[in-house]
Amino acid sequence: MKKKLPPFQQLLERHQGDVIGFLIASVGPQDAEDCFQETFLAALRAYPRLEDDRNLRGWLLTIAHRKAIDHHRSRQRRATPVGDAPEVADPRAAAAHKKESGIWHKVAALPPKQRAAVALRFACDLPHREIAAALDISEDAARRNVHEGIKQLRLELA
Amino acid sequence: MSSKNENTTEGRLNLERTLRDAAQRNSAGNEALAAEFLRRAEQEGLLDVAYAEIDTPVGRILLAGTSRGLVRVAFPNQPPDEVLEQLADSVSPRLLESPGRLDEARRELDRYFEGRLHDFDLPLDWQLTHGFYRKVLRATARIPYGQTRSYKQMATTAGSPRAVRAAGSALGSNPLPIIVPCHRVLRTGGTLGGYGGGLDVKQALLELEGALGSGD
Repeated sequence: MKKKLPPFQQLLERHQGDVIGFLIASVGPQDAEDCFQETFLAALRAYPRLEDDRNLRGWLLTIAHRKAIDHHRSRQRRATPVGDAPEVADPRAAAAHKKESGIWHKVAALPPKQRAAVALRFACDLPHREIAAALDISEDAARRNVHEGIKQLRLELA
Repeated sequence: MSSKNENTTEGRLNLERTLRDAAQRNSAGNEALAAEFLRRAEQEGLLDVAYAEIDTPVGRILLAGTSRGLVRVAFPNQPPDEVLEQLADSVSPRLLESPGRLDEARRELDRYFEGRLHDFDLPLDWQLTHGFYRKVLRATARIPYGQTRSYKQMATTAGSPRAVRAAGSALGSNPLPIIVPCHRVLRTGGTLGGYGGGLDVKQALLELEGALGSGD
């Protein structure tokens, strides 16, 4: 059976929200945009050769996950801390920003699988089955990673 | 025990909500992200098919182009999603909405509908049509503004005088209507015949060009 890939525009419109949400949760709001561009450009480059068109969201999130890992590796090499929140004029927004920024620091500090699993679960609302597919792990492992990640976050934020 | 449970649940819900809210709040600028992506995709030569929709007196028309030229013009009676899926399948799935790439076609069509442009000067990509069909359509592209031909004349010009029915099919499959003016081909005797965009559109285009009633 000949595969029929939908127009790439459709992928962009349907899944850009999930991809940016995942990346914000994975690498923080400051670097998420760069990773987003890297993710969609890599996807567009590979798209015509894609064999399996059944789970396009999962495919995009797998690429985003790899870009997030690359990002964290290059950060570690440069040994710079996770970026500070940009300045915000509105004090209420600033407070919210600080609180969120704190969460991103904690999420960023999780082991990669847990970080990705937590991001996929809560920023993208993915069920464990799809988290497993995006991270190429078993469904049990996906559930465990979400659980461990959340447990750790809750401890640190308590 | 129940109070501890509630606390745990509440804590979890708070954490989940914070994560969700934060991801959503920060992704408010999706349009800017998509625009930047389009810019970089074009820059890196990854955009195989660009498309745009334009408003005209005969309704909303979809235009699509490749690096070679305009490849598809579709009327409103064809659902845009279907047209785009066909293009993804037959040309390339690297297909993005990119109005800038179709500005020249839009400008020429605007002037055509104002009656100020008679001959389109746009590069065309003929890849969606082949063989005898392409011959018929290339011959059709040379019918002057405001004039009409019969299906039989088009079959003859394309080199097969008896293939009148095939010439009709070729015109019916025209991927580039208006620009390749299949609306200028009528039945012998002057009745309209058929039109992919609907006979009312064919009538409107011929009226615009002052081609009706001139006889054949």
